[in-house]
Amino acid sequence: MSPSQTLTRPDRAVSPDHAARPADGRRTRSASPLLGKGVVNGVLIAAMLWTILPLTWLVVAATKGYADLYSTGGFEFARVRLWENLVELFTFSDGLFLRWLLNSFLYAGVGALVSSMISILAGYAFDKFRFPGKERWFGLVLLGVLVPAAVTTVPLYLMASDLGLTNSFWGVFLPGLASPFGVYLGRVFSQAYVPDELLEATRVDGAGELRTFWQIAFPLLRPAFATLFLFGFTGGWNAFFMPLLMLSDHELYPVGLGLFMWRQLINTDQDLYYPLLMTGSLVAILPLVVAFFSLQRYWKAGLTAGAVK
Amino acid sequence: MPPTRSGLARRQYGVAALFTAPFFLLFFTFTLAPIGYGGWLSLHREQTSGLGLGGEPEQVFVGLDNFTRALTDGQFLGSFVTVGVYCLVYIPVMIGIALVLALLLDSAYARAKRAFQLALYLPNIVPGLIAAMIWTYLYTPGLSPIIDALEQVGIPFNLGSDAGAVGAVANLTTWMHTGYNVIIFFAALQAVPREVIEASTVDGAGQIRIAWSVKAPMIRGAVVLAVLFTVIGAMQLFTEPFIVRDAATTIDQAWTPSLYIYQLTKAYDMGGAAAASLILTVVLAVASFLVTRFSKKGATL
Repeated sequence: MSPSQTLTRPDRAVSPDHAARPADGRRTRSASPLLGKGVVNGVLIAAMLWTILPLTWLVVAATKGYADLYSTGGFEFARVRLWENLVELFTFSDGLFLRWLLNSFLYAGVGALVSSMISILAGYAFDKFRFPGKERWFGLVLLGVLVPAAVTTVPLYLMASDLGLTNSFWGVFLPGLASPFGVYLGRVFSQAYVPDELLEATRVDGAGELRTFWQIAFPLLRPAFATLFLFGFTGGWNAFFMPLLMLSDHELYPVGLGLFMWRQLINTDQDLYYPLLMTGSLVAILPLVVAFFSLQRYWKAGLTAGAVK
Repeated sequence: MPPTRSGLARRQYGVAALFTAPFFLLFFTFTLAPIGYGGWLSLHREQTSGLGLGGEPEQVFVGLDNFTRALTDGQFLGSFVTVGVYCLVYIPVMIGIALVLALLLDSAYARAKRAFQLALYLPNIVPGLIAAMIWTYLYTPGLSPIIDALEQVGIPFNLGSDAGAVGAVANLTTWMHTGYNVIIFFAALQAVPREVIEASTVDGAGQIRIAWSVKAPMIRGAVVLAVLFTVIGAMQLFTEPFIVRDAATTIDQAWTPSLYIYQLTKAYDMGGAAAASLILTVVLAVASFLVTRFSKKGATL
């Protein structure tokens, strides 16, 4: 399925034949529509509660102090001190948490921008250009999709260590930039969004390939860029294993690793670290939630293009 | 392209090289080179000649010694058993739930499909680390509404047992990944031709029958792919047990192969870690092969 099909296919709830079917006199065979509707939506609501409640718990926990966390119910508000918790979070240790957030925006945000651009360029080239051994090179990309992180992580750590890149920004930033799956998606999107005829026309007009890409193809590929960016951003924001191995300086931590450090320290001062951890976790999720809700249609296009194809 | 345009085609070689160079440069440096280096590492062991500060550490060729060491280490083998048991619990449950939810969403009765999809997908964007922390608290007796409720109805949940640990991690990963697969299965279901479903309805099949015997087999490809990706991800399990072990005490340093590798890396046994990584990769390749093979066989039956 091409991504454009996924995007434009109407939701089936609106197709009249489908919705009308249960009422056409076959009640004897299946349960009554009313019962069916109740069961189906009931199960869906139960599943939704299961996915939402733990996050609700985090929201409630972020408003509490340590004492209230243990003395009141998980979904029950005590004295709401969200503001105090937030102030503490952002001022503790000279604003260390803010530093971590900024680091995450650099690792994940800038990283995803660069990585998406690299993927789009390569994917576009695989789709539109002719060059020797093209499909063999693409085979290499597809093989790359299957390489498990487990096999590269330890050697990467040692290589970075030989180059003096461990415990540096670049040691975490650079290894994440090449995404074989991104190149694969880039090619799929280029096929779907950039018509060959359009490029032919500009070529006949004598425009250079670089200019054609920037002025004609890239604007059409913007949704693809958004999709790749969102994947890269979540992936980068959620990365844990690599930073854990590479970094020892607190100042360089992404927010996830920082929260992990606080968690390790929790027994040294529970009054301090519990609220920091809860409020910090909530704040650390927010950029992802915002990105997800504001750009959800790109998300779904990428998911389905990658998996259903 | 007609031969008169060969000049144009030739110009494309240079541009194609320019466009793909950034990717391949990074891909060779940070994916292929490490694989090669890992292979080399797995055949060597670091030794310090002389005493203490006197000698430079030196890589000594040890043949397959690192591999035999890993393969005879009960801890490493045990980690595969744990992850195997975990996969047997987690994968059928997670894929099963995702499939049922996608079929329910696809049924004529479902309302607010978009909101449900968003809500179900939400845990997937939560970082594994934070999800693991949240659930660790939700597993803590006295703090957790869930554990308290379970105990009140007489189901004690013992996180300190082996089964409890597997269950705790599997519940966490199911929570995180079900929504992702619901979205994929639902999209695949939307592509099932309407005529097929209409025909089954005319033949008198009920909704449940259609869902299970008509729709589900038609998205078999998407399900197999999801199982494949889940197996690959599940066998590399690291972050979740790494965090949950604060509450589940039976999760040790070598509970999964990735934890074992991490432990060796931290102990600077790089040869051992590299060998263990390669063994894990081979097991992953075999498992992936079995999944695709098994599903193909089933399809021809």
